[in-house]
Amino acid sequence: MWDYLPALMQGAWITLELTFWSTLAGAFCSFFFGLGRGSRNLLLKSVSVAYIEVFRGTSLLVQMFWIFFALPLMGVRMSPMTAGILALSLNIGAYGAEVVRGAIQSVIRSQYEAAKALNFTPRQALWFIALPQALPEMLPPFGNLIIQNLKDTALVSLITLSDLAFRAESLRNLTQDSTTIYTLVLFMYFGMALMLTAIMKLLERRVGRWRGTGAR
Amino acid sequence: MTDTLVKFDRVTKRFGDFTVLKDLDFEVKKGEKVTIIGPSGSGKSTVLRVLMTLEPINEGVVYVDGRPLWHEEKNGRLVPAGEAHLREMRRSLGMVFQQFNLFPHMTVRRNLIEAPVRVLGLSRKEANKRAEELLAMVGLTDQADKYPQQLSGGQQQRVGIARALAMRPQVLLFDEPTSALDPELVGDVLKVIQQLAEEHDLTMLLVTHEMDFARQISDRVCFFDQGTVCEEGPPEQIFKTPKNQRTREFLHAVLHPNE
Ligand SMILES: Nc1ncnc2c1ncn2[C@@H]1O[C@H](COP(=O)(O)OP(=O)(O)OP(=O)(O)O)[C@@H](O)[C@H]1O
Ligand SMILES: [Mg+2]
Repeated sequence: MWDYLPALMQGAWITLELTFWSTLAGAFCSFFFGLGRGSRNLLLKSVSVAYIEVFRGTSLLVQMFWIFFALPLMGVRMSPMTAGILALSLNIGAYGAEVVRGAIQSVIRSQYEAAKALNFTPRQALWFIALPQALPEMLPPFGNLIIQNLKDTALVSLITLSDLAFRAESLRNLTQDSTTIYTLVLFMYFGMALMLTAIMKLLERRVGRWRGTGAR
Repeated sequence: MTDTLVKFDRVTKRFGDFTVLKDLDFEVKKGEKVTIIGPSGSGKSTVLRVLMTLEPINEGVVYVDGRPLWHEEKNGRLVPAGEAHLREMRRSLGMVFQQFNLFPHMTVRRNLIEAPVRVLGLSRKEANKRAEELLAMVGLTDQADKYPQQLSGGQQQRVGIARALAMRPQVLLFDEPTSALDPELVGDVLKVIQQLAEEHDLTMLLVTHEMDFARQISDRVCFFDQGTVCEEGPPEQIFKTPKNQRTREFLHAVLHPNE
C-alpha cells in the first residue's frame, strides 16, 4: 500500500492546485457576472446572462474538451493545466454568479432605503451596504460549490493532466489492485473535502461575526 | 411671510389604481415642528416617503426650500428630475424609520460615520468627533462599539436619530419612531426627540400615534384622512376642539379605545 502513496500524493497535489486556482478565478467570475447580471448597463447585463446560461446549460466535460481541443484549432493554445483551470473556473463561476445574485437580492429593501436617505449613491449602497450583508449568505452555498469543484477536477484526467484520479487509474492498470488504490483515493478526496469544509467554516465565522447576537 | 421649507402643491400619488395622496396641499415652515396623525392607510408614511425621495409622485409639485424636489427646470418647463438633482435635494432631508433600519454589519460608530465620510466627504476624524457628540446627545456614548442587534430597540432608534442628524439635514422626518418599541422603551426615544425639538431650529415632520407627545412637541398638528389634510391647527385646538367630524371620531377612537 505504501508503494502507491508517492504517486497518489503527486496526483493529489495537482488536484489541490487545480481546485485552488479554479476556485479563486471562479470566485472572481461569480462576483463579476453575479453583479453584472444585476447591473443597469444593458451590455454587461446581457453578457452576464448569456455566460451564466451557457455555462450552466452545458456539461463541464464538453466545456473542457472545447477549450482544450477546439480552441487550439482557432489559434488559442494553452497548457492542460491552464485549460483545466479555465474550464473549471468558468463552470463554477456560472453557478457562483447565481449565488452572488441571490444573496444580494436577499438584502431587504429597507436597507437600500436607509442608504438612499443618507444619500449614498446606488453604487455605494451596493458596495458598502448590500454586499457586506450578502457575503455571509453566500458562504454556505459557496462551500458546496467548492466541494463540487474539487470533485469535478477528476474530469481533467481526460485532457491528459495527471491529477489524483489520473494517477489512480494508471496505478490500477499497472497493478490491478483496484480495491486498495480506489479506497486510498476515496479517503484522499474525502480528506481534501473535509479540509475545505473546515476552511469555509472558519471563513463563515469571521465574515458573519456581526450576526452573532450577545457579546462578541 | 415666514419661510416655507416644504410645500406640497396639488400632489397626487397612486399605487396602481389606488390613490394614496389626492391633490394634497400641505406646507411646513422653517423650524416648524409638525405632527401628522390619522387612521392607518391614510397616506401618512407616503407623505414622508415622497419627501425622502423613496416614492415618486404622479402629479403636482413638491418644493423643498423653494426648489422642486421631483422636477428640474428645463427651458422654463418642469421635467422629471434626474438622479443628480435628487441627490442634491436629498442633502436637506433626513429620515428616522419605524424599524430603525440601522446597518447591521456596522458598529454603532460606523453607522454614524459611514455616510458623513462617503457622502459628505468628511475626514474620519471629523466624522468621529461628530458621532461622539451625537452619541452623547442621545445618551449612548458607552455603546459606540457595539453592533445594532446588541442594543435594545430604544437604543437602536436613538442611534437611528443620531445617524440621520450626522448628515445635518434641514428637515428631519420621523415615521412612527416609537411604534416598533416595547412600551417601557418609548419614553427614552421621545425624550430625545423632544430635546431635539426644543433645542434646535431643525424642521421636524413627525408621524406618530403618541397623542400626548404630539400635543407637547408640535407647533401644528395635521389630521390626515384618505390622502388629504382633513384638518390642521395648533395642538390645543385639534385635541380640545376639533372642528371636523372625522377628526373627532378618530381622536375619540384613539384616546378612548375601550368605549
Ligand atoms: N408600495 C405600495 N404598493 C401598493 N400600495 C401601497 C404601497 N405603499 C403603501 N400602499 C398603500 O397606500 C396606503 C397608504 O399607505 P401609508 O403607508 O402611507 O399609510 P399610513 O397612513 O402610513 O398608515 P399606517 O398608520 O398603517 O402606517 C395604504 O392603503 C397602503 O396599503
Ligand atoms: Mg405608516
